[in-house]
Amino acid sequence: MARPDIDQSFADLSYEAMADAALSKAQSLNVSYADFRFERLKGQLINMRDLQLEGLVTSESLGFAVRLVKDGSWGFAASVELSPEAAARAVEQATDVARTLSSLNSEPVELADEPTYEDSFVSSYDIDPFSVPDEEKVSFLKGINEKVLASKKADHVDFALSQVLENKFFASLSGSKITQQRVRLQGNFDAVRVDKDSGAFDTMRSNAVPVGKGWEYISSEYDFMADAEEIPSLLEEKMASKSVDPGPYDLVIDPTNLWLTIHESIGHATELDRALGYEAAYAGTSFATIDNLGKLQYGSPVMHVTGDRLAENGLASVGYDDEGVAAQQWDIIKDGVLVGYQLNRQMAEKQGFGRSNGCAFADSPLHVPLQRMPNVSLQPGQKNLSLDDLIDGVDRGIYIVGDKSWSIDMQRYNFQFTGQRFYEIRSGKIIGQLKDVAYQATTTDFWNSMEAVGGPSTYLLGGAFNCGKGQPGQIAPVSHGAPVALFRQINVLNTTHEGGSS
Amino acid sequence: MKIQDTMEKILQLSKADECIVISEESSNANVRWANNTTTTNGVAEARKLHVISTKNKRVGVVGRTYFPDDQLEDLVRESEAACEDKPEAEDYAPLIEGISNDGWSESLDRIGIEVFSNFAPELAQVFKEAESSDTKLFGFADHSTSAVYLATSSGMRLGHMQGEGKLEVNAKSSDYSRSSWVGQATSTFRDIDLSRHYERLQQRLGWAEKKLDLDPGHYEVLLEPSAVTDMLLYSYWTSLARDADEGRTVFSKPGGGNRKGEQLYPDHVTIYSDPSEPGFEVSPFQVVPTSNSQASVFDNGLACDRTEWVSRGVLQNLVTPRYWADKTEGPAVPFIDNLIFPSNGPSLDDMISSTRRALLVTCLWYIREVDPQTLLLTGLTRDGVFLVEDGEVKGAVNNFRFNMSPVGMLAQAHELGASEPTLAREFGDYFTFAKAPPVRVADWNMSSVSQAT
Repeated sequence: MARPDIDQSFADLSYEAMADAALSKAQSLNVSYADFRFERLKGQLINMRDLQLEGLVTSESLGFAVRLVKDGSWGFAASVELSPEAAARAVEQATDVARTLSSLNSEPVELADEPTYEDSFVSSYDIDPFSVPDEEKVSFLKGINEKVLASKKADHVDFALSQVLENKFFASLSGSKITQQRVRLQGNFDAVRVDKDSGAFDTMRSNAVPVGKGWEYISSEYDFMADAEEIPSLLEEKMASKSVDPGPYDLVIDPTNLWLTIHESIGHATELDRALGYEAAYAGTSFATIDNLGKLQYGSPVMHVTGDRLAENGLASVGYDDEGVAAQQWDIIKDGVLVGYQLNRQMAEKQGFGRSNGCAFADSPLHVPLQRMPNVSLQPGQKNLSLDDLIDGVDRGIYIVGDKSWSIDMQRYNFQFTGQRFYEIRSGKIIGQLKDVAYQATTTDFWNSMEAVGGPSTYLLGGAFNCGKGQPGQIAPVSHGAPVALFRQINVLNTTHEGGSS
Repeated sequence: MKIQDTMEKILQLSKADECIVISEESSNANVRWANNTTTTNGVAEARKLHVISTKNKRVGVVGRTYFPDDQLEDLVRESEAACEDKPEAEDYAPLIEGISNDGWSESLDRIGIEVFSNFAPELAQVFKEAESSDTKLFGFADHSTSAVYLATSSGMRLGHMQGEGKLEVNAKSSDYSRSSWVGQATSTFRDIDLSRHYERLQQRLGWAEKKLDLDPGHYEVLLEPSAVTDMLLYSYWTSLARDADEGRTVFSKPGGGNRKGEQLYPDHVTIYSDPSEPGFEVSPFQVVPTSNSQASVFDNGLACDRTEWVSRGVLQNLVTPRYWADKTEGPAVPFIDNLIFPSNGPSLDDMISSTRRALLVTCLWYIREVDPQTLLLTGLTRDGVFLVEDGEVKGAVNNFRFNMSPVGMLAQAHELGASEPTLAREFGDYFTFAKAPPVRVADWNMSSVSQAT
């Protein structure tokens, strides 16, 4: 796929002059480290509800940040005022921050080395979504709305479509100058069915995934119309289906559901900042503490999990992270054993890893880069097992498709997930849908119960736009690849029973 | 150019049928710490301008953070052009006319890192005390000032200034096996009493020196105000009239319509919002950059009056944009950014003293919707669950995953304590100002044990 050029309207902005002003000011103040980051975020959100355009807003955010280390303490200042003078003033403010808070700092900041780069990076996409007329987008959403409602099996439909064009310029005192451009979008509809007499209702969502692609994903790659045809009938069938009997089941989990379980129980658990306690007051810590590295049997021997910032169309894929570290790929879990973490430059130095693996990210020019999640993916098996192969090996189980509700504790032990659809498996065959299903487990028990993973043909890159972490709160886009996988004897709850009193 | 002048110029440039201009500016300082040392910090100045144009009842919205004078006309034309290829807006309503307030002429009171000039040395001292008592501290101090302005072609000129901040502190024993948490919302950051918070944290760590293991099951619980507020906020965000009228929420009535007027909770439950509640002041008018299921751009400027959501246990109001109010022939009821659950009941200590057996829950975490039909939520207890027996705290117990509905919680709210300002542990990021009592709930489903400490 040919890569587009950096958007000229971004390249025309005067960020290099601002960077020069900031970094020369920083040098004059004898800081041991300084970087300048300039960002433009173009976003568009479209909501259509029951054939009516509920909202369409197109936004553009521009701003910059200066981050520096003065006398061993971090200082950070950011602004939306765009001038060399404002950039130099931000350096003074950041220095003031470092000085004011220096009495609170007992660990002088040191960063792992990284070569300097003068480079640019553009993610792979064909059609800039901001080049597509609103009319075409609205017409597309309306067509899907019409199809869903025409089924007479759904009473309501909501379609939300979000598109982002992200540009970043990074320059450091050590000499890096990096310009990057990424595109991403996510869209899905929810069909809603209401039984007015009983008051019962339920929803079902289409199966598209958030992607680091352009409008081509909507216009020619993902078949939303097929979902619009199929989902209302599936929803009707689900509402009429049997309520699950709670208890242990073998689960065959589709990548449309498993990506989120990977995200919560592996992705966050192997963030080194969590393992070191940096997120203890907020997002939480991790059971996978650093003394477990190379020892913890995280999962079964078929479990191979990688971290990367390189995957084609991955939401966390970049050329360089927000500390100027080049994108990489590495093992996190190999043969079921914990072998790697997600790092930034400070933690890489502190823990003796030698080099960061490039996981620093800030969601806005006004926020500090944190250690954020790369694409964390469960690799497919060597044997090319299919979905049918896995179902064939289940006597009594459930095949789970699509993500819905999710929750996990602050050390990433105990989780509970639901899904969009649950298919009952008996004697190796799917016999119909179930409803009111949630699965609940402890992370290492769950992954050690994984008996088999599907082959490359079952692999799908799922993900999210809005992974939350940090204070002030930040969101991050991240992808997770997974094959279909088979888990033995996982605890399944009936959510209706859960809501009842004793 | 002052932002008000920029907004006036935009209105002058507008060739649309109607034009709404919204400006939001803020100034922020924050510091974060872990293991008794700082981790991240910073100051940031932000602003955003939205121009909303209408033509033949079609809406075009454009947002910008960068809008120099020589680009204003392009911004206005872009907003107008965005109307051209759109369908008529379902939520169209004529703009509210001609109201103004003194806030329009006020300016943002910017802050810098000096907002922590007194707090930083206090925190440094507390770090020293923590080090000497085998305690690790983690937390976040954050303060912002913000200014929002609204100007419309129908003559509205409104402004609102606000201070908004918070302190969160988590204390752990050095082996991380015991943990406690406190949080405080603030509008000035001058009312933070760190030493009082630290005493409470140490009291709770002391309670946790004795550990007890309990099985999952249904328990009587004493929820502290933070936990109560997190549950209430989810319910508040779900209290949307249109969704209820369409049969999509727990507040929908079988057969059609919504459950307004139904006695859902005991008589002693009243919950309201009031933008002028002393100590909890928030914007007294609606600001809506883009229409969504909660509010419409045509609600901009709508006055936020004191609104009782629940009156003596009866569901009284649901959030209703103007267009939906018109369609259903009822009043428009805007969402308001504070939540007050009043009660003059006993103190938490007195509630503990009168308890035969219950779990005392400090706060909740990772709360997500499981079943919208009943508004069943799942989540975790965090940083302090204690067994209370015969009027005394016996020790800390393991954390649990719960599955509960806030509607069910309030229906079983057998005893309310004394209301106090509180910070929702999880949703405090999105909703700062709340007041709630500790609540005794008779039957709370602790679905499974969490090993997290």
